[in-house]
Amino acid sequence: MLEEIAITEEGDLIINVGPQHPATHGVLHLVLTLNGEIIKKVEPHLGYIHRSIEKMCESLSYRQFIYVTSRMDYLSAHINNHACALIVEKGLNVEVPQRAQYIRVIMDELTRIASHELWWSAMAMDLGAFTPYFLAFREREKINVIMEETCGARLTMNYMVPGGVMTDLHPDFQKNVKAFIVDFKKTLHEYNELVTGNVIFQSRMKGIGYISKEDVISYGCTGPVARASGLRSDIRKIAPYDIYDKVEFDEIIETGGDCFARYQVRIKEMSQSIRIIEQLIDNIPEGDIQAKTKAVLKLPKGEFYQRVETARGELGVYIVSEGAAQPYRIKFRSPGFSNLSALDHMVRGYKIGDFIAAMGTLDLVIPDIDR
Amino acid sequence: MFSLEGLTSIIHEWLNGHLPATLALLAEFVIVGVAAIGLFAILGLGLVWMERKVAAVMQIRLGPNRLGPKGIFQTSADTVKLIMKEALTPSNADKFLFNLAPFIVIIVAMLILVPIAFAKNFQIWDLNIGVLYVTAVSSLSVIGILMAGWSSGNKYSLLGAMRSCAQIVSYELSAGLSIISIIVLTGSLKISDIVASQENGWWIFKGHIPAMISFVIFIIAATAETNRAPFDLAEAESELTAGFHTEYGGMKFALFFLSEYINIFIVCAICATLFLGGWMPLHIGSWAAFNHIMDYIPSSIWFFGKTIFLIFVIMWFRWTFPRLRVDQLLNLEWKYLLPISMFNLLLMTLIAIMGWHF
Repeated sequence: MLEEIAITEEGDLIINVGPQHPATHGVLHLVLTLNGEIIKKVEPHLGYIHRSIEKMCESLSYRQFIYVTSRMDYLSAHINNHACALIVEKGLNVEVPQRAQYIRVIMDELTRIASHELWWSAMAMDLGAFTPYFLAFREREKINVIMEETCGARLTMNYMVPGGVMTDLHPDFQKNVKAFIVDFKKTLHEYNELVTGNVIFQSRMKGIGYISKEDVISYGCTGPVARASGLRSDIRKIAPYDIYDKVEFDEIIETGGDCFARYQVRIKEMSQSIRIIEQLIDNIPEGDIQAKTKAVLKLPKGEFYQRVETARGELGVYIVSEGAAQPYRIKFRSPGFSNLSALDHMVRGYKIGDFIAAMGTLDLVIPDIDR
Repeated sequence: MFSLEGLTSIIHEWLNGHLPATLALLAEFVIVGVAAIGLFAILGLGLVWMERKVAAVMQIRLGPNRLGPKGIFQTSADTVKLIMKEALTPSNADKFLFNLAPFIVIIVAMLILVPIAFAKNFQIWDLNIGVLYVTAVSSLSVIGILMAGWSSGNKYSLLGAMRSCAQIVSYELSAGLSIISIIVLTGSLKISDIVASQENGWWIFKGHIPAMISFVIFIIAATAETNRAPFDLAEAESELTAGFHTEYGGMKFALFFLSEYINIFIVCAICATLFLGGWMPLHIGSWAAFNHIMDYIPSSIWFFGKTIFLIFVIMWFRWTFPRLRVDQLLNLEWKYLLPISMFNLLLMTLIAIMGWHF
């Protein structure tokens, strides 16, 4: 059966990339229509890791549903939790203590660095360079240790709760984070030396997978993908939450719109995250880590929406409440889904190698796409 | 000094003294064959282990370190595992060609071993067209790869095989031209003559800049011909999963894997022979005392030392560079390397005619 439809009438070759494929970094299934090496069409088939998280959330209370969301974009677990905590706080009009806000933002930025590091390593691996993977994991491990000390988990952290954070910081937290910052500034230079400046790498990235600002808007791309095409889309700047309006950082905008621009945005964002952490780490105010909330949270009847900037782009949480202890309907607008939709547009007419590079720069996390 | 000539002549005389001439010759064939297969096995295991260790050093980790000292038996254990595995043949594969392909690849790799001089007067057959033989036979491996890719009945394999063919066929040109630029100086295709001509200095030093250029081109072409990163498009893990050997498993896969490492060894051995004097110790012109001291190091150590150094360089490439794209790969060959090596050959010819080389 498959053999019959493998080659179309026009003589194009159809190949399945995935659901098990080294470059999809998960169970993503893409159907490629090829003319020789040239890509004519990319068709994503989703659903291989659909766990119906949205439906599950509808049967969980407002305290419980946060824990499920760590499993969506597992590389931005903190930021997912942050979004959920924020929407519940918004609905209940809870004032979050300053200390908790500082801690949340520091954790978000550490998560962002860890996520971008993993993207950098996987991206380099997609292009055939293996060594960067280990370099990035060396640094990411330090963040994981910091997370483990404070949150008790290394990947799917459940640290943020409605009203603040779950526990106070580990006593060594500030010391370790500062040590990490010192190390990281050195290694970021190393990353650039090994990969960014490489001739082969640049020739694989420049001018590949171009997407214009207009197309970015119409496909709904957010995050580094949108900013690489010159669209201002950083939620931390547009609609600041917690103390993002008090810290100084630049929204990285590139105008290239190609793979290299997206690469540059993420590399520069890591430095900006460091800048944010540096401003906050010494100034964490004393005080409560959680606002006083009722044992059973009930959002008033109505609709609520909260968006945050994850490492991949804009994560939106939309809740319809009937006034019960559980949400009536919950919907996540995940950045990966919209970014993936632009892949076909980006790679048509390019070669298989370019397709892999473009997919790498989208920084896809498959559980985030399927939920 | 320290040549292995004595050893081979002792065996030859002993066999001829105890057996009729025909049987003695047959016995010698068997001994050479067994020795070649043994060398294959040792090289395969050793180079895979070396690759893992080199990769580990580059990637700030330890590499295999459990089985035996520094994990040197790890690859043997892996081989045992591969032998134990079921030799699957996919249902929509062309069974005959599918099973034949790994043998073609490995036989070709074995055949190229023939004219290589491992030490002073220690080579299987000193052909008078040694280098030409190597270039001619090595291009046959394309057939095996294409056969493997086509017969697998897998689209990834087919793409990988196509890429591999385009790559090997084009890079053979510049590899050939850089070999010729040394042949211009030696005036002989015979490996023993080429090595002997470097008695007062290696060609990379004696042949001025053109020799260095052809050395660099040869290394690049050799990396490409053996399908190694950054030219590993035929395998391209992140693009084509494993390219032409996606469908192979167990020992059939191991044969491809082994032939890859043997091919690396062979191209590095050829490179060492042509540019770095083969088994010839480092001699500098008329420094008699220095040359004499260098002669004390056995010639086999010189040969394997140079070859393993070059292998290390090729491994270093692999663990540092990203992969090229298929069109960039062909552009590099046809637009840059080929014109440069042609011009280089002209320059080298001029040097040889004028006698400017040392």
